[in-house]
Amino acid sequence: MSKFKKEGNKELPAVNTASLPDIVFMLLFFFMVATVLRKNDVKVAQAMPSADQTEKLQKDRSVFIFAGKPGSGYEKFGTEGVIQIGDKLVDVSAVQPAILEEREKLRDELKDRVIVAFKVDKETNSGLIYDVKQELRQANLLKVLYITTQTDDLIKQQN
Amino acid sequence: MARRTAPEINAGSMADIAFLLLIFFLVTTTIEKDRGLLRALPPDQPENVEPPIIKQKNLFVVIVNKNSELFVEDELMEINDLQQATIDFLDNGGVPRGQEGYCEYCQGDRDPSSSDFPDKAIVTVKTDRLTPYETYITVQNEIIGAYNFLRNRESQRLYGWNYTDVSKAIDEGLYKGNEDAAKEKLDVIQGMYPQKLSEVAPN
Repeated sequence: MSKFKKEGNKELPAVNTASLPDIVFMLLFFFMVATVLRKNDVKVAQAMPSADQTEKLQKDRSVFIFAGKPGSGYEKFGTEGVIQIGDKLVDVSAVQPAILEEREKLRDELKDRVIVAFKVDKETNSGLIYDVKQELRQANLLKVLYITTQTDDLIKQQN
Repeated sequence: MARRTAPEINAGSMADIAFLLLIFFLVTTTIEKDRGLLRALPPDQPENVEPPIIKQKNLFVVIVNKNSELFVEDELMEINDLQQATIDFLDNGGVPRGQEGYCEYCQGDRDPSSSDFPDKAIVTVKTDRLTPYETYITVQNEIIGAYNFLRNRESQRLYGWNYTDVSKAIDEGLYKGNEDAAKEKLDVIQGMYPQKLSEVAPN
């Protein structure tokens, strides 16, 4: 009879909490992956100009071009504005292959709708940017977006 | 009495550690919402194709020198006035009533020496090589502002909503209602005031 005696079940068994951290780790890994800023080490100055007629950049189909004077730690590249695509500084003549290489990292169906995002320091010379745009026209990459900070009324803000 | 299996480590506090790490990531790695001015570059014209003939009055020339001074249609202009001047140019509708190419919806001065029709009107920007990028962006911003002003005005008149609001809502996936119908209407508005910007080689 004692073999079948129920144990004195005075308490409910505690909820097994061993799987709770698993769930939380799953959430954590999701965030670690989703917010991986493929932020290349930006070697140039990056003070953005402002604008009020802005639109949101669709990050999944954009390739970035950074431009500006070389930042601290990169003075060996000079004091004039330079262009950075990916993680290397390129010359204007090398822009086309570098951009096409960056485009390969996008999803296939978005490659044709690629937007070239210009993240250019506000003190850069426009001539440099014009040259880059000519290269883009030759490569038929016509959608560009100039990244700016957002203000409500640019003229009012500047005066 | 046989011991029950040694009590396992209470795993409840592991969840707390995981939550801490999670909150750390949530707080530090903000998903950057980049914004900016969206532009379309004109396609490259092959060497042997003749550029189309454009009447001088349909061309709005903005020249910026390296000191960020503006010359609009050969006159010195402040940056504050650029948007209104662009609006006046685009909205001019210089063809008189009764002639082919008359602009029904234009509310401008109808000056025969300014643009004929908004879709023939071309704004061209020429900067100096040393013009600061910030000035270039301000000029682009004002010109785009002029187009958006006219587009908003027309979409309000025709449909009762703002072109920029609906366009933004569709881009962000927040549009309530029939997106395709709205996109068609946006295309109509875009056709009324198409963005025809060109840039000329800097000095």
